[in-house]
Amino acid sequence: MKKRQLAASLWPPLAALALLAILWQLAVSLFGIASWILPSPGRIAQEAVSGFTRMQEHAGSTIRLTLLGFSVGSCTGIAVACLLHVIPGAKRALYPLLIVSQNIPMIALAPLLMIWFGFGLLPKVIVITLVCFFPVVIATLDGFLQADPVMRSYMNMIGATRIQIFRKLEWPGALPSLFSGLKISGTYSVMGAVIAEWLGSEKGIGVYMLLARSSFRTDRVFVAIVWIVALSLVLFGLILLLERLLIRWKPASAANKERE
Amino acid sequence: MALMQERPQDGTPPAQTAPAAPCLELDGLAKSFGRGRRQVRVLENVSLTVGQGEFVSLIGPSGSGKSTILHLIGGLLPPDAGAIRMEGREVTGRKGLISYMPQSAALFPWRTIEDNAVLAREVAGLPRAESLALAREWLAKVGLAGYERAYPHMLSGGMQQRAAFVRALLSPQEFLCLDEPFGALDALTRQDMQQWLLALWEANRRSVLFITHSIEEALLLSDRVYLLSGKPTRVLRELRVPFGRPRAEDVADDPRFLELKREIYEEMKREQARQETAAREAAPPAGRFGFRR
Ligand SMILES: Nc1ncnc2c1ncn2[C@@H]1O[C@H](COP(=O)(O)OP(=O)(O)OP(=O)(O)O)[C@@H](O)[C@H]1O
Ligand SMILES: Nc1ncnc2c1ncn2[C@@H]1O[C@H](COP(=O)(O)OP(=O)(O)OP(=O)(O)O)[C@@H](O)[C@H]1O
Ligand SMILES: [Mg+2]
Ligand SMILES: [Mg+2]
Repeated sequence: MKKRQLAASLWPPLAALALLAILWQLAVSLFGIASWILPSPGRIAQEAVSGFTRMQEHAGSTIRLTLLGFSVGSCTGIAVACLLHVIPGAKRALYPLLIVSQNIPMIALAPLLMIWFGFGLLPKVIVITLVCFFPVVIATLDGFLQADPVMRSYMNMIGATRIQIFRKLEWPGALPSLFSGLKISGTYSVMGAVIAEWLGSEKGIGVYMLLARSSFRTDRVFVAIVWIVALSLVLFGLILLLERLLIRWKPASAANKERE
Repeated sequence: MALMQERPQDGTPPAQTAPAAPCLELDGLAKSFGRGRRQVRVLENVSLTVGQGEFVSLIGPSGSGKSTILHLIGGLLPPDAGAIRMEGREVTGRKGLISYMPQSAALFPWRTIEDNAVLAREVAGLPRAESLALAREWLAKVGLAGYERAYPHMLSGGMQQRAAFVRALLSPQEFLCLDEPFGALDALTRQDMQQWLLALWEANRRSVLFITHSIEEALLLSDRVYLLSGKPTRVLRELRVPFGRPRAEDVADDPRFLELKREIYEEMKREQARQETAAREAAPPAGRFGFRR
């Protein structure tokens, strides 16, 4: 039943993708487009297969960086959200600054981070953290505010302390919202890792992409893009799985499945 | 029964042994919501008492502020005027002194039914294993056996209400405030629950403030009944229920019971008519919303 639902929700986008690939292939061969401008899907697939082992190494490095950055970033995000929520006045003072911080372009900030922290792991992790903590903070804070007022008054009337209200009402109630934030930041974090690798790295999909571009191997750039997309999807899937494991009480779960 | 405080039972009705300090005393409570032209005066002057080990019911029209009274007692809202005393001490604005069942079940959706039932004990810091054992025992008594591990969304409205009722019963505070605990139950289940609560209460004599819309329910269960007016709310009438304890199951067929019931009904109808004329006189064409200043 579940498998059938999954298959049913997967085939329409896959069919659309296949159709697009066919059109692309036809266009490339029909108009004779040079492969350094736009390689055909067939050519990209060929390169993906032949370069798989080399790519594996680069991807391994990117995956490690992504996971590290994502963990640090989302944990920071959750911690910041909790502190802003629990400390009176903190949110009012710092929330606007948070939003402003998101408008600083990463392209400008990244080289500075390199100047300050060198070429090691630290500046890269900081880049990913900056990219992925914002969605988590915003979503979690939103979740805290959504706590049902009737339950809140109940907790107050039976004499629950501020911390008890946080632990027993606001935190569990914010989990679904927190996971929405994690899903967004999870997909961002792969991109963040690639940008971080541009800063200077020996290995990684970002490095591979730079090399491919400078030698006009457009097909390899596309292979890198496919890898990035695939990694983002896998990470998204893992977060979804974790959500299913942690949030079993959801009455909306049936509706959720239908939506996907 | 562990959840009810032990109290010596001398057999005399609680009304005659009423000690100097009642369990709860509301003294001239007033409360308005909103301000300026939008202000709604809900409570005008509400004074009432609940003696130690006494079962007191509140009846009043919908919107008269019964739930608001409980919110004031629970310290959720500050009254505009008046004082709340429990056992002689002023407790206005203090929280955590009552066992409370809200009007809507307000079960936590991420907790199983048994975890919901022990919430108030958990907040009070009581040992978990003992609480859970109690919860299972009492959930079975209200007909929720087999649902201990279910989540609230898997229960019907009436089942959720019974779970919330158990949560209130298990709360460690001695004074019990119930806001329409049986409102969502069908007639038969409701009757069962009333008889069950009656037996339970008569065995333990916990002090209870009970809100209901059912005149019959109030007469069946209570020692005293307060009849409230419509907004702005006062106590219209205080009424001692003349039936002894333990209350006979067929007390509802007693001619005195029927007479009392009719009397209260008439009084409520008179109050309703009075409200309507007052509203008509007070509302000039501009007062579209009927808000009085
Ligand atoms: N937070 C609030 N803000 C504004 N008005 C409120 C608020 N809480 C209650 N009221 C008003 O107070 C009045 C009494 O509300 P309350 O819930 O106490 O009524 P009730 O007697 O419990 O009614 P019911 O029997 O329908 O439950 C209502 O007219 C409502 O509009
Ligand atoms: N999502 C669900 N998962 C499991 N069981 C459910 C679910 N929804 C309802 N049920 C079960 O179905 C039965 C009927 O529920 P329903 O809410 O329709 O009752 P109802 O007739 O409206 O009762 P009430 O008068 O108390 O509101 C209940 O026993 C409940 O446990
Ligand atoms: Mg009410
Ligand atoms: Mg129903």
